[in-house]
Amino acid sequence: MQKLLQLPVNAVNIVKGVQGVTQGQEEALSPVLTPDSGPQNWYSAVQPEELRHLRSGGTGGGGWGRGHDDLKEMLDSNKDSLKLEAMKRIVAMIARGKNASDLFPAVVKNVACKNIEVKKLVYVYLVRYAEEQQDLALLSISTFQRGLKDPNQLIRASALRVLSSIRVTIIVPIMMLAIKEAASDMSPYVRKTAAHAIPKLHSLDPEQKDQLIEVIEKLLADKTTLVAGSVVMAFEEVCPDRIDLIHKNYRKLCNLLIDVEEWGQVVIINMLTRYARTQFLNPNINESLLEENSEKAFYASDDEEEEDKKAEPATLAKRKPYVMDPDHRLLLRNTKPLLQSRNAAVVMAVAQLYFHLAPKAEVGIIAKALVRLMRSHSEVQYVVLQNVATMSIKRRGMFEPYLKSFYIRSTDPTQIKVLKLEVLTNLANETNISTILREFQTYIKSMDKDFVAASIQAIGRCATNIGEVRDTCLNGLVQLLSNRDELVVAESVVVIKKLLQMQPEQHSDIIKHMAKLIDNIQVPMARASILWLIGEYCEHVPKIAPDVLRKMAKSFTNEEDIVKLQIINLAAKLYLTNSKQSKLLTQYVLNLAKYDQNYDIRDRARFIRQLIVPTDKSGALSKYAKKLFLALKPAPVLESPFKDRDHFQLGSLSHLLNAKAAGYQELPNWPESAPDPSVRNVEIPDWSKCSSRKDRKEKKVEKPFYSDSEGESGPTESADSGNCESDSGSGSASASGSDESGSGSESEESGEETESDEEEEDEEEEKKKRKKLDKTKAKKQAEESAERCTIHTIHQISCIINFDQFDMNKITSVFSQTLAPSGSIKMYELLHRIKGEGLAVEYCFSRQPFSPEPNMVAVQIQFTNNTNSETKNLHIEDPRLQSGMRIREFAEIDVLAAGESVTVVMGIDFCDSTQAANFQLCTHTRKFFVSIQPPVGELMTPAFLTENDFKKEQGKLMGMNEILEKLTLGEKCVNEHVIVERVTATANLSRVPCGSDKECRFAGKTVSSGCLVLVTVTTKEGGGAQLTVNCEKMLIGTMLVKDILQALSQ
Amino acid sequence: MIHSLFLINNAGDLFLEKHWKSVISRSICDYFFEAREKAVEPDNVPPVIRSPHHYLINIYREKIFFVSVIQTEVPPLFVIEFLHRVAETFQDYFGECSETTIKDNVVIVYELLEEMLDNGFPLATESNILKELIRPPTILRSMVNTITGSSNVGETLPTGQLSSIPWRRAGVKYTNNEAYFDVVEEIDAILDKSGTTVFAEIQGVIDACVKLSGMPDLSLSFMNPRLLDDVSFHPCVRYKRWESERVISFIPPDGNFQLMSYHISAQNLVAIPIYVKQNISFFETGSSGRLDITVGPKQTMGKTVECLVVTVHMPKVVLSANLNATQGTYNYDPVTKILLWDIGKLNPQKLPNLKGSLSLQSGAPKPEESPSLNIDLKIQQLAISGLKVNRLDMYGEKYKPFKGVKYVTKAGKFQVRT
Repeated sequence: MQKLLQLPVNAVNIVKGVQGVTQGQEEALSPVLTPDSGPQNWYSAVQPEELRHLRSGGTGGGGWGRGHDDLKEMLDSNKDSLKLEAMKRIVAMIARGKNASDLFPAVVKNVACKNIEVKKLVYVYLVRYAEEQQDLALLSISTFQRGLKDPNQLIRASALRVLSSIRVTIIVPIMMLAIKEAASDMSPYVRKTAAHAIPKLHSLDPEQKDQLIEVIEKLLADKTTLVAGSVVMAFEEVCPDRIDLIHKNYRKLCNLLIDVEEWGQVVIINMLTRYARTQFLNPNINESLLEENSEKAFYASDDEEEEDKKAEPATLAKRKPYVMDPDHRLLLRNTKPLLQSRNAAVVMAVAQLYFHLAPKAEVGIIAKALVRLMRSHSEVQYVVLQNVATMSIKRRGMFEPYLKSFYIRSTDPTQIKVLKLEVLTNLANETNISTILREFQTYIKSMDKDFVAASIQAIGRCATNIGEVRDTCLNGLVQLLSNRDELVVAESVVVIKKLLQMQPEQHSDIIKHMAKLIDNIQVPMARASILWLIGEYCEHVPKIAPDVLRKMAKSFTNEEDIVKLQIINLAAKLYLTNSKQSKLLTQYVLNLAKYDQNYDIRDRARFIRQLIVPTDKSGALSKYAKKLFLALKPAPVLESPFKDRDHFQLGSLSHLLNAKAAGYQELPNWPESAPDPSVRNVEIPDWSKCSSRKDRKEKKVEKPFYSDSEGESGPTESADSGNCESDSGSGSASASGSDESGSGSESEESGEETESDEEEEDEEEEKKKRKKLDKTKAKKQAEESAERCTIHTIHQISCIINFDQFDMNKITSVFSQTLAPSGSIKMYELLHRIKGEGLAVEYCFSRQPFSPEPNMVAVQIQFTNNTNSETKNLHIEDPRLQSGMRIREFAEIDVLAAGESVTVVMGIDFCDSTQAANFQLCTHTRKFFVSIQPPVGELMTPAFLTENDFKKEQGKLMGMNEILEKLTLGEKCVNEHVIVERVTATANLSRVPCGSDKECRFAGKTVSSGCLVLVTVTTKEGGGAQLTVNCEKMLIGTMLVKDILQALSQ
Repeated sequence: MIHSLFLINNAGDLFLEKHWKSVISRSICDYFFEAREKAVEPDNVPPVIRSPHHYLINIYREKIFFVSVIQTEVPPLFVIEFLHRVAETFQDYFGECSETTIKDNVVIVYELLEEMLDNGFPLATESNILKELIRPPTILRSMVNTITGSSNVGETLPTGQLSSIPWRRAGVKYTNNEAYFDVVEEIDAILDKSGTTVFAEIQGVIDACVKLSGMPDLSLSFMNPRLLDDVSFHPCVRYKRWESERVISFIPPDGNFQLMSYHISAQNLVAIPIYVKQNISFFETGSSGRLDITVGPKQTMGKTVECLVVTVHMPKVVLSANLNATQGTYNYDPVTKILLWDIGKLNPQKLPNLKGSLSLQSGAPKPEESPSLNIDLKIQQLAISGLKVNRLDMYGEKYKPFKGVKYVTKAGKFQVRT
């Protein structure tokens, strides 16, 4: 290992040399030195030496291609445009499959080129030829190693991507290190690239498997959708049998599935199908077996039935009600919406999952989606039809309603037609057979002869499967014997032949009919087939057969060769069964044949004569002549070629080919008894580093309040309201104090406290002790403080409540019912008095945590009854929400007397989006459609961070997650205090202490997912300012920036 | 997964190859050429071909075979769907996906393929992301590029790739904010000889062209969403919202995209806009036949049927056609045996008719097969299923966008049997 690591270091040194040159090249571009003066000459002087050096490094480099000198020159030039042109031509050569490997040294030098397109094309070249020129390829490694450390995540990712694509064994340790590092990168995109790199390294050096599995395990725990698909892909390629790695991530994968990109979805669904087969019980195990048998009636072969019989006692014995594992249900539920995907591969993946895993009653839903895919490109149709053909054998009922979707158009390609025919045949049963046969009749008239032949075979199969129509089919087929097309006739005869072999007792009628046809039918193939049939079953038509032979003997000389051969056959068979009537005829035929022009016929005649006509010389064989000619030929089996294909996982390549493809993972059988489901239980702290971070944060925040709650939280509150009062007078620097108190640090403004403050302090303490709020006081308090400060107050109170988790329910319920929203909280109208027929409803975001569900936004709703009769049974009905959104309704209000008003609180989980929640507000008489749409600022709750924490978190949310905006402060935004106030009014954030007085920082986290939202306002001289928002959720960030900008620039 | 890709034209020339893993010799394509020869028609080349160590999965599009080489088990649809996505991306970039355009833009093609797959696994297939990475060529840009030497590769890094809504790029700005929706319905139908409907269904798509600034959140609702029996959506559409409210709610990609497709299979809902009276017969003797086709309006909802074209695939023995069309022009191609009658607008007062005789190869027996008629038509401002967009609302942005909805009905696979 150590040794291996050293080698690239040497390579790095070599490259450094080259880079020195490249830098020199760049210097040459500097304006001081004109391009065609000294330095360039100097450069070209150095170059040959450099090249020799490079060439000596390459083992199989060979000489320069004669025709590539111009390209080499262009690559060596110092103009990016020339390099680009050269690279374009080289890439075009690669694309055409021409060998450009001799340019390797010249190209690889440009790997550090500044021009992005040149660089990209060099990468393309490098990845293509690195394998052939391993030593030279090492020269480029250091560039990528540097890229891996780049602060920009996209550059890190692309460096890893190219590095891992260079198939040079010597850099395996470097790749391993890079992958490990990238797997714990902050950026999910880099982690995704790391997942992509895993199979590359594995194929390069399978010995790294164990280490790679560790990385996979780590990445499987990642909870971002970006990574999920790629890591499962890596899992499937490297260690598909390590099902144990999935347990802990199973539920997460199920839940993320819908948001994963489509290609990842396919891979995850296929993997989960296999997983579910090992972990859950067969949902159809207790299905009534009778039904199963009747379903199978036509196709079940004997051994299958035996299996069922064996299974029956077993299942009966333990027939306890089957209960589906909730995780099994979760999988089925979360994959179902993906049937609506535009991507055929995703739809197919879900379809096969349902086919293999769902209870019988639920499988039906996939039929519609599969039928929809049939509208797609013909290749998609081809694959889907193959799968439908397999499914339709086992679950015929599923596709029956869509029978007509499989009707064939004359414009379909033949391979599609044949597959559709297969499906139609599988779907045929007593009720629909007449329609299907009518359809088949039109197909027989088609111009596509292969298709006609397939149709005839399909008719034959329908006839064997469905007894009622056998005669109709046979008649139809017999009519086809007169078709002009040989293929049709031949196929019909073959099919008739097969049908006849299956039911010997009915032979005579049809054979008689066919015997009559021999007079009219001219197609030699058909005549020959009829003769074969008559010969084979001559015992069933003892009277007709000799007569046919007589006719044939008469016309023998005029017949086609194949017919002649069959006449000889017929004669031989008749001679053996009915020698009395046919002896002379046979000898006549054999004599005619003896002098036939065709030597095959002469041959056959001689051979048969020796065999059947007893002479002295005849050997031992003639004794067995009858056995030879009239042996019972086995009836050909007419069954679908798709029978039993479902032991391959549907949708797989192996299923399509009906053969195991390399790397195919068997679909395991259901386990007898379910493995322990608790393996999938996940302890919350284990989930991911993100949640653990949250944990840590919470602890920090909680500490000051818990450790000496009364001592500190009391002053906190009072200091705040104190500020409010003093603000109303002076409005100076005290704001920063109030916010500091929010973060739990010791407040310094105790001196400012007034008497009323102390009163309040007592109240606060009381509250804490009794875990209750005194309503009147609270009201009074709210009124007392300056209007615009109310937000602060409430928000602070809510903070206290927040940390008294135990009795929070009580507090909020009391609190919410009593605290009338004061003017500073913006009230929104939910229902206007007139529209609501006297009932007016307003709501506001009270900014208190919603106690029953902490990740819901509390919405305070005030009902006012303006009518002069009472309104009853106020409640919510029929919420229509965005996916993921939830609503927690308020308790029904029984009676609202005339003129009264009442306030309730409901919780809505907006899922961190500003989508409106729509629902119906119902009274005992009316229903009103209403919707609540939250401003973005209400989707967050304050988070308490120290300055250091803030900086640390901000550092993690750089790049894409950071939004910067310059603004001019509005006229009234004269001081820090106003800024703080405006920002906190716009968004439910808390202030973070800050050393500099030019900066105001705020922190919060989104209610639903707990993502951090960090806001910084930096003021500059002359009314300018800069606003920075860091938030993982970019959408929230952007919207928040907009709102704060507006608030500050007013 | 996908090991290599070869592009082969109709004549069998291999004109582009790209490998994502170790190089595979192009001689692997011999297995494909063998199958191609056997299939006669390009349509009939099996999509999956086996060779001893590889599998070739191919699609045929715009007269180009996209042949991909696979070594291990992979869902075939995964590859097929991806190859079609590649073809669509080319179309999106170069206006058409043909051999010439691919050859002309070989470098961009190569860059695209490089971005779309990493080690054979799809990486970036959203056209919005790709367009940020690699700018599509325009005449103006290619001129500027030749003069200034600048490149097609985007300098900016793709932001969409990182966000949770990869289909939309950030910072979109338009002066005119517009959103257009085209409801396009195609009737797939099979009518039998007597004119009764054997099978009919409607395949609809809603194509959108959305040019809106910022991050608009749109919701589209229908007057009669119950009509929609089976739907599939662009990934941007929120499934749950559709399931609970039958409203299509989405943050749209920038530019053109297909929002959804749907399927109405209930036959009683499918109106057949025209009827066809036809009689094609061949005489037992005299090597000739007669043809008589009349087209008339049936359920057109008061709209005019336009672009009416009737195509007949004649049996091989038909040598020429001597016909008389009361409206439009007809053309019989004796090589492909296709009779094409371009009618144009359907005039309900004077029904178009095509009548005359067919001459057959002398001595050949009367053809047994009956040719079927394929109909093409278009009806503007009508969605034959009766689907109507109720309203389009926008959230998340403050400006007022211009909104437009257009309806078109076309014939899809519309066939009349004879």
